[in-house]
Amino acid sequence: MVDRKHLLNSKQMASFVSDGYLRFDELVPMELNEAALAEMQKNPPRARAGTPFREVWPPPSAIGNLFRLPEVQGITCSLVGPDPLYDHHAVHTVGPGHRMGQMWHADAIIDLRMHFDIQYYYFAHDTPREMGGTMILPGSHFRRISETDIARYQNFLGQIPIVCKAGTLVVVHHGIWHCAQPNLTDQRRYMFKLRLNPTVRQLRLWNTDDLRDAAVAAAFGRNHGWYGNEVRLEIVNRIKLWRFLTGDEAFDTGYWLGRLENLPERVLQPA
Amino acid sequence: MPQVRQKLLVLYLQSPDLYSPVSAWSLYDGTGRSSPTTGDSDKPPYESVVAAMKDGWRVIQFPQQFPAYPGTEYTTSYLRFEYILEKLEEVHG
Repeated sequence: MVDRKHLLNSKQMASFVSDGYLRFDELVPMELNEAALAEMQKNPPRARAGTPFREVWPPPSAIGNLFRLPEVQGITCSLVGPDPLYDHHAVHTVGPGHRMGQMWHADAIIDLRMHFDIQYYYFAHDTPREMGGTMILPGSHFRRISETDIARYQNFLGQIPIVCKAGTLVVVHHGIWHCAQPNLTDQRRYMFKLRLNPTVRQLRLWNTDDLRDAAVAAAFGRNHGWYGNEVRLEIVNRIKLWRFLTGDEAFDTGYWLGRLENLPERVLQPA
Repeated sequence: MPQVRQKLLVLYLQSPDLYSPVSAWSLYDGTGRSSPTTGDSDKPPYESVVAAMKDGWRVIQFPQQFPAYPGTEYTTSYLRFEYILEKLEEVHG
């Protein structure tokens, strides 16, 4: 059972809904980072897709242990519930002196679900800008695209390279656009990716004590700078996902969906 | 004997107005003098398509505009206002 103090709060969940990711700097202790990196270099075994995640990488696996940290379990539980399924993982590496960035892509085909998977990006060692790391595009997760069909794009306003210290975890919505960045150092770069699927309805799984905090609604108005007037459509997408996550079918902010749902049927009697 | 090679600049605007700000950008260099790649710049090379035209880039493709298919009125997907520009440059050898 995950201790409630480790669950995400509503403000963090609202950020996830708006931005498509959350970042936790230096969350994993250094000793565990070193052991996990050593395991990554030996290619940890894959499990069958759909295996209960609790059965994957049992102790004393360092990679298993980092995902069993109470703080990490709190993140997982808040987003996909307490007992998710393992989907797949990958040890992503970029060799020293690799000067070309990976093409932009999402790890999904066109996905119509409101339900979502999460992907962890785990950085076991320091990752300065000259080493990459993974570039993400905040707010891209609602876009209905397929995999590398976005590969013509090279740069966006608001793109963010994950430059971080060892032990940093980033958790993303499965639809987020991302690409590995060049590694100009003489060291190989590692990033561990893990995808998890929910097994319960994603409904108020986090600590909802701050559900009515003004910062929650404010998060849905963010403009990440790259989508012009379509920011209005993205706000609608966020409100729809928040309604799904909270079960509050009347939720709105700034009268966005309220206006669209205003379909009066009351007929006035002739004067 | 100089030969001509094509450079392509792709600018994604925030609206169909050619003066509107650039949201995303890509460069493909047929001269081989540069190797643009993902994430290699944080600021667009020009403020707008018109600004690029003033620097000698020729617009060779406009995006067409279509009404949304029924049921997709609030769907977001690819960047809609994609302008492709070219420059021709001489190479030697």
